[in-house]
Amino acid sequence: MNIGFKQVNKHFGEVHANADITLNIQSGHIFGILGENGAGKSTLMKILSGFIQPDTGEILLGGHEVKIESPADAIKFGIGMLHQDPLDFPPMRVIDNFIAGQSGSLMLSQKAAMKDFRELQTQFGFSLDPEAYVDTLTVGERQQLEILRLLWLGAQILILDEPTTGISIQQKEKLFAALRVLAEQGKTIIFVSHKLEDVEILCDKVAILRKGYLVGEVAPPYDIDQLVEMMFGKQITLKDPTPLGQETVVFQLQDIVVEQYPLVIENVTFSLHAGEVIGLAGMEGSGQDMLLRACVGLLRPVSGRVIVNGNDLTGKNYLKFMENGVAFLPASRLEEGLVPGLTLAEHFTLVTDQKEQLFIDKAYFRQKSQQMIDDYRIIGRPETPVESLSGGNQQRAALSMLKDDLSIILLEHPTRGLDIESAIYMWDKLKERCRNGTSIFFISADLDEILRYSDRILVFFSGHVSKPLDAATTSLEQLGQLIGGKGWDRTFSNEESYETSTKP
Amino acid sequence: MKQAQSRSLSALFQIGGLILAFGFVTIILLLVDADPIEAFRLIWQGAVGNSSRIASVLVVWVPLALVTCGVLVTFTAGLWNIGIEGQITLGAIFTTGVIRLFLDTPVSPVFVIILSILAGMVGGAIWAALAGVLKVFGGVNEIFGGLGLNFIATALNIGLIFGAWSRPGVASMSGTEPFPEIYWLPTFQNFRFSWYSILLSVIGLVVIYFLLQGTHFGLRLKAVGKGIKSAFRLGIPTWQHMMLSFLICGLFAGLAGALQVVAVYHRLIPAISSGYGFMGLMIAMLINYQAIWVAPIALFFAALNIGGIQLPIVMKLDSTLSGVLQGSLVLFILLMQGVKQRVLGKQ
Repeated sequence: MNIGFKQVNKHFGEVHANADITLNIQSGHIFGILGENGAGKSTLMKILSGFIQPDTGEILLGGHEVKIESPADAIKFGIGMLHQDPLDFPPMRVIDNFIAGQSGSLMLSQKAAMKDFRELQTQFGFSLDPEAYVDTLTVGERQQLEILRLLWLGAQILILDEPTTGISIQQKEKLFAALRVLAEQGKTIIFVSHKLEDVEILCDKVAILRKGYLVGEVAPPYDIDQLVEMMFGKQITLKDPTPLGQETVVFQLQDIVVEQYPLVIENVTFSLHAGEVIGLAGMEGSGQDMLLRACVGLLRPVSGRVIVNGNDLTGKNYLKFMENGVAFLPASRLEEGLVPGLTLAEHFTLVTDQKEQLFIDKAYFRQKSQQMIDDYRIIGRPETPVESLSGGNQQRAALSMLKDDLSIILLEHPTRGLDIESAIYMWDKLKERCRNGTSIFFISADLDEILRYSDRILVFFSGHVSKPLDAATTSLEQLGQLIGGKGWDRTFSNEESYETSTKP
Repeated sequence: MKQAQSRSLSALFQIGGLILAFGFVTIILLLVDADPIEAFRLIWQGAVGNSSRIASVLVVWVPLALVTCGVLVTFTAGLWNIGIEGQITLGAIFTTGVIRLFLDTPVSPVFVIILSILAGMVGGAIWAALAGVLKVFGGVNEIFGGLGLNFIATALNIGLIFGAWSRPGVASMSGTEPFPEIYWLPTFQNFRFSWYSILLSVIGLVVIYFLLQGTHFGLRLKAVGKGIKSAFRLGIPTWQHMMLSFLICGLFAGLAGALQVVAVYHRLIPAISSGYGFMGLMIAMLINYQAIWVAPIALFFAALNIGGIQLPIVMKLDSTLSGVLQGSLVLFILLMQGVKQRVLGKQ
C-alpha cells in the first residue's frame, strides 16, 4: 500500500515538530527516514501509527485519505509500528504476547495461534521459544516477536523506530534479511534511524528531516557527506578564543564499566582538568547519559574507579559526590532537578549553605531568593511554584541553586528547549565558573553547542566511547559522521573499531 | 483578586462535597425507612446534648487529633502509613507492659504513668520503624508492610489479653485486669476526660504545626514527598527523612495508644486502637494535609462518633451510620477536588 503525507503539520507548544511534510512512500520498498534527535522523525511516525493526531494535513493510504485516530485504528488500516522500546508485557510468555492485541473472538485459540506463530517464524528464520517468558529475551528477540505479532495482525506497513539500537550484529543481519523479504512480498517498510551505515546498506530511498522540515529525498548510491550535511545543516562554527583548560586533574575515570540494559560501556579511562569543558556527543541512548550518571554516583559502575580531587568515590552515592564539590543538573528538570509544588524561595531554603537553625528565617530566604532571581534574571517571584516557570527560567533557577565553589558541574542537555538568549546566558554563567576553575562535563544533542563550548569531545555510539577529540580541530561534518557510527577507523586509527566488537 | 476568586471557588466546591455527602447519607436513610432529619438531629444531640456527652467527644478527640498529627508527617514525606493502627496498638501494649512491671512496687505512680506513656511512644515508634525499614531497605510498599504489621499487632494484642496478661481465673474479651486507680490519669471531676490528655494533644498539634510549616526539617520532608528524585539531587538524604517521618508518626500513634490505656480504659482491650488510625488518615485527606485544620475536623469526627451512639438506642439504626457519613464526606470532598481541577484545568 502506498503511503502519502500531504502538508502534515504538528506543533508541541512552540516547537514545530513537523512542518508541512509532504512525502510519498511506495509499497515494496524499504524507505529510510533519517534525522538527528528532535528532527521530527518520531512525531511523523506517531502520526502515521495513530498515537497522535496532526494539527493539519492529510494522510493517504493507497490514494485515499484516512483518519487514523488510535493505534488500534492503525492496525485496522494495516499499519504496525515497532517502537524503540518494545511495548510488550515482560512477565508474560512469548505466545501470550503474540496473542494479546488480537481482536474479534472472545475465546483465544491458543493452538491455532501457536501454529501460526511457528509458521511465521520459520518463514523468517527466527527461533523464539513460544513458552519462554518475555523478560528472558534480548531486545533483538523481543523485536522479532513484535514483528511476528504485527504481521499476524495483518500489518501491510511496518514502521521500525531505531530498531538497531542495542541488538547484536547477528540479530541485525537477521532483521535486515527479514525486512528485505517483507519488502519483496510487497509490504511497505519504513525504517527510522540516525545510523548512517544502517540506512546505507538497507534502504531503497531515504528522506531526511531536520528541525521539523523535510530537507530532501535521496536514492542510492548514497554520499555520506551529503547525508550528514542534510541532517545537520552547514553552519559556521564559532570558537571560544581562549581554551580555559588548566593542568590540575580534578576528576578521573579509571577503566569504568557501566551497564544498563541494553547497553554496556566498557573500559573508559579519562581525566578532566580544572576549568576544562568536555562535551559528550552522541545520539540519544548511545550511553552518554549512563556514563554521566556513573560519574556522580547515580549509577553504580560494574567495575573501575571514579576519583574526584584525589578521593576515590567509587560506589559512593550522590550526596558524597556533592560533598566533594560535584553537582549534577539533569535533563528532566521537574523529575530530577526541581521539586514541583515547592516555590523558588523554598528551593533556595533547601539548598542553603547556612548553618541551620531549627526554624526557617522566611524573610531572609525571601530576600535571598529575590537576589538570585535578579542575578540570574529569572522571570518569577520568590513565591512562584517552580512548575509554573517556563523551561528556560527553570533552567536558570536550577543553575542559580548550584553552590559557588564547585569543582565539577555535570549537565544533561543544558540548553534543551531554551530560546537562544537563555542558552547563551546559560553558557555565559557556566564559562564564568570555568574561569574560576570549575570543570564542566556536559551532554548535548546539539552538535553546534558541543563544538562551540567544549575543549575536548567524547563521542558515543551504541555504547562505544571514543578517545577525547580536540574540539578545535573537529568539524561539524566529522562529528556528525562519528555519532552516526561512520569514520571511527579514520579518526581513531590506533583504536579498536566498534564494528569488529560484538555484544551479546 | 485572582487568588481570592480561586479561593472562594475552592470553598464552593468544598461545600458542594459536603452537601453531596449529606445527600448520599439521606438517600441511604430513606432506603432503610428511617427519618433522615431525626437521625441527623439525634447525632447532633448525641454529641452535644449534655456535658457528659461533650466530655465523651473530647475523649475521642484526643487520640484522633494525635493520630492525625502523626499521619500528616508521613503524608508530607509522601508515605501512606496504613500501619498506624498497629502503631497505636503497640503503644498501648508497651504502656500496659510498663505499668504491669511496677504494679506491686513502691515506685511513685506519677513516675510510672510518665514512664509508661514514654514507653508507649517508643512502642509506636518501633512498629513504625519496622514499616519504614521494610519500605526503605526491603522495597516493600508501606501500605502492604503496614497492613501486615497491623495484623501482627492485633494478634499480639489478643495473644497477650488471652495469654500472658489474661485475667486471673478467666480470660475475657473485656481485656486485661483493670489497673488500680492510682495508675489512672486523673480525670476532670466526674467526667471521662483528662486535662492531661487534652494538654498532650494540644502540645502535639502545636509541635506538628510548627514542624511542618516553619522548620527546615519540615520543608525537606515536603521536598521528599513531592519529588523524591529531585530532593535527592538537591542534596537531601531521602531515605533518612522517610525513616524519620515514620518514627515521628509512630511516636504520635504510640502516645495515642498509651493515653487510651492510662486515661480511658485503664487496661488493655482487644480493640484498643478503635479504628482511630484509619479515621486519622481520612481526616488528613479531608483537610488536604493542612495542619491548621486538624483540631476542628478531628472534633467534628469525634462528635459524629459519639453522636452515632444514640442511633441504635432510639431509632434501631446501626451506629456505623456515623462511619458512613465520615467516609462519604471524605470521598465526596476528594471527588469535588478532582472535579474542581478538571473544571479549572479546562479553562
